[in-house]
Amino acid sequence: MAIDKEMSPIEFRLDPSSGVPTYLQLVQQVEHALRLGYLKPGDQLPKVRDVVAALTINPNTVLKSYKELETKGLIEGRPGQGTFIKTTLEQVTLPDLATLRRTLMSWLASAEAAGLDEDGVAALFTSVLRDFYKERSGANAPATGGARGVEGIA
Amino acid sequence: MNVIETADLGKRYGKAWALRDCTLAIPEGRLAALVGPNGAGKSTLMNMAVGLTLPSTGTVTLLGGMSATAPAMLQDIAFMAQDAPLYKNLSVADMLHLTKNLNWRFDHARAKARLVDLGIPLKKKAGKLSGGQQAQVALTLALARRPRLLVLDEPLAALDPLARQDFMGTVMTAMADDGVSVLLSSHALADLERVADFVVVLGGGELRIAGDTDELLAEHRLLTGPASEADRLAGLLSPIQVKRAEAQAHLLVRTGGPASAPVPPGWEAHPVSLEELVLAYLRPTGIGSSSASFPRTELTEVTR
Repeated sequence: MAIDKEMSPIEFRLDPSSGVPTYLQLVQQVEHALRLGYLKPGDQLPKVRDVVAALTINPNTVLKSYKELETKGLIEGRPGQGTFIKTTLEQVTLPDLATLRRTLMSWLASAEAAGLDEDGVAALFTSVLRDFYKERSGANAPATGGARGVEGIA
Repeated sequence: MNVIETADLGKRYGKAWALRDCTLAIPEGRLAALVGPNGAGKSTLMNMAVGLTLPSTGTVTLLGGMSATAPAMLQDIAFMAQDAPLYKNLSVADMLHLTKNLNWRFDHARAKARLVDLGIPLKKKAGKLSGGQQAQVALTLALARRPRLLVLDEPLAALDPLARQDFMGTVMTAMADDGVSVLLSSHALADLERVADFVVVLGGGELRIAGDTDELLAEHRLLTGPASEADRLAGLLSPIQVKRAEAQAHLLVRTGGPASAPVPPGWEAHPVSLEELVLAYLRPTGIGSSSASFPRTELTEVTR
């Protein structure tokens, strides 16, 4: 199904076996495309009607994902024109990134000196990363869809 | 605004109730799927909603409070009965002409353009078209009346998978273009997961559950754990459905809300699919829960 006129740089697809709700799949695909640079500020998202026709999904589902992206400040609707990318997801400037990378390298060196191997480092990092963001988000953790995987017991 | 609202709605044929005590509100702009086995009362509910059958008890109102039998309602509702009802001996063009003259509001140009778009030969007799094409013709005629509410009784039953997708594509596009609200009954649960943003589950002439699809999915969890604890947990959680083997048990429970309630120790919680959810409500095997009501439970209670 070709989208005529103003082509959007991306096209959505759905993974029926992922268990992730449809609207969330669309949200994640836009975020992913932003991180990877497929989408830049000013780019147009596919029109609701085109997404509906291409994927045979409920228009409210598409509207819901666009609303969520708008709430996150990533996109904006321009009346009569469509929906456009407002910002980028790369929040960190390049010099900052280089500094962060250096600190991480020196931390890795001390971890190795303390006797951790690569798997040990990865396990520790993953665990700390999870705890850090869990603490941050606190009690109002996003169960709205973000946590629809298996909720096991720690 | 609610497109359909019922209060204690019931229909009795002789001594048998086809539908009873049905209280329901479907908001506008949705595609509401009416699901349930044969004899669940789906067609009865639909026929009362469009004014073809009169209720034995209770009331049904449409589009924000109007009576289902009011003549003015005829314009705003389009109803497509099962098996794509067309005059089989008329050509598609004649069918179009006839429907135009039988209706006060009818977008002839648009209907014709849509049929041409779909590659349906206008000169062919309606009865000679494929099942999928007949369904598309009936749908096009219904939509050309520019209804505010489109009611479709088992439109997908006779269609192959490709024709189903095309049909739903037309329905979804009409929703996006015109904002028409849709009530659709179907057996094909798997086809509905992506299209229905509201579900109404009927079983044995009773309303089992109704609500926003995403909200219902977020509120339900499948708990998996040791069978030895299943009874104790079931007593606390009033599950909708319990499935157990010798060692392992699955409990489908409704939690207080979308919040990620703590899971009892030793148990795992999984999200449920729309199909699992509907089937659980159609075959409730809850322990300690009465068959008529499905109480919400707070998972937190068990962990204290």
